[in-house]
Amino acid sequence: MSWVTKTFSSTLGRKLLMALTGLFLILFLIGHVSGNMLLFKDDGGQAFNEYAKFMTTNPAVKILSYLTYISIIGHVIVSIILSSKNKKARPVNYADSKAATNSTWNSRNMGVLGTIVFIFIVVHLQNFWAQMHWGAIPMVTYESGEFKDLYAVVNLAFSNIGLVALYVVSMILLGFHLYHGFASAFQTLGLNHKKYTPAIKFIGSAFSIIVPAMFASMPIFIYLSTLK
Amino acid sequence: MNLTLKVWRQKNSSDKGGFVNYSIADISEDMSFLEMLDVLNEELSEKGEDPVHFDHDCREGICGMCSLHINGKPHGPQQTTTCQLHMRSFKDGDTITIEPWRAAAFPVVKDLVVDRGSFDRIIQAGGYVSVNTGGVPDANEIPIPKKIADEAFDAATCIGCGACVAACKNASAMLFTSAKISQLAMLPQGKVERKERAEKMIAQMDEEGFGACTNTGACSIECPKGISLTNIARMNREYFSAIVSSENV
Repeated sequence: MSWVTKTFSSTLGRKLLMALTGLFLILFLIGHVSGNMLLFKDDGGQAFNEYAKFMTTNPAVKILSYLTYISIIGHVIVSIILSSKNKKARPVNYADSKAATNSTWNSRNMGVLGTIVFIFIVVHLQNFWAQMHWGAIPMVTYESGEFKDLYAVVNLAFSNIGLVALYVVSMILLGFHLYHGFASAFQTLGLNHKKYTPAIKFIGSAFSIIVPAMFASMPIFIYLSTLK
Repeated sequence: MNLTLKVWRQKNSSDKGGFVNYSIADISEDMSFLEMLDVLNEELSEKGEDPVHFDHDCREGICGMCSLHINGKPHGPQQTTTCQLHMRSFKDGDTITIEPWRAAAFPVVKDLVVDRGSFDRIIQAGGYVSVNTGGVPDANEIPIPKKIADEAFDAATCIGCGACVAACKNASAMLFTSAKISQLAMLPQGKVERKERAEKMIAQMDEEGFGACTNTGACSIECPKGISLTNIARMNREYFSAIVSSENV
């Protein structure tokens, strides 16, 4: 085995992959939530539709989006490999375990939370991403040209209270996943320092509350505006 | 006080094993947990039954030999070793569940005794200094800042009991391995072989079948010596810098 394959077949090498893909996906979330804030703009969706076209046609964004797909798939595959090793490491469970006294629930259930978030991502991609790429989307014309009216698709989707509830619940679970994952990624990279770790933990906690809340506010806002 | 003990009994490593309940009376709250088990074993021996096997040695909290998962926690309800746990931590009428450490890398030998040889093999892989350090140098010859000496000493207080593995949901040995890697990487004599040590000890840790770290922090909280998670971060730094810069292709 070469040193590269040896590294990535070791637990620490795989943990490194988890941390790096996780941190990249955190960066992705910042971009995704900022762009989607255009949904709140009161212009009938023009800015959002223009943004959606830019995001699906710009070559630099293409590269980033492929990195995002790779990160999601990599994060999932490596977590499955690590989880199966972890399961094998304790073949017989304790009859009595007071794990709640030494660790948080979400830190012990990152796999469960991650699985639900992954299912959400698949549903979410089917709802909008697949529609934007291959669906029959109505067209809309502005001064700057003709655009796919993704805004209308979003409005239609979020007039369904069931889907809105699914999105909101998924964002809460994503928040729990990030609440542990954000700081945990830095610890795995070995970035534990008296000066910076408290700040990383604070930013991680704030991030995991604010960003999912911003995401969740979108379907709620659109659902409420369709009621009028 | 009178207690009910729910004890894991297992004849040997291939036996399936199961819990057996024992009633025990007139236990003083000043007894240590192991003394209470001694009383139980005396009663069992007098009845001609096989006593409950458990590991112990110094009974001073420094050797790392005692183990036991007591009422859902390694070394029981206090952050100490089982030998330093006293019966005043329990109430009259309590049922106490006693299990062995549960990990594939710590196979049960008999009852509550597990084989922690996997820890020894991790140490054998690189947890030592093999360079010739010569005779005892003058104390001022190798200046080590107090803070570094303290941190290295804190890591060195690990007694290798395995509570970290027992507490971890993944039965990971990262706290143990990182304590030894940290202790040696911070001191001048240990620094010489730090890269090779990190690579070899971590390879051995994987080989033994321990799980990965999820950074839940359970290990550090249950550690009788309070070994800090900063050691795991340091081990990761040691490992990542070793794999990119060591001579091992």
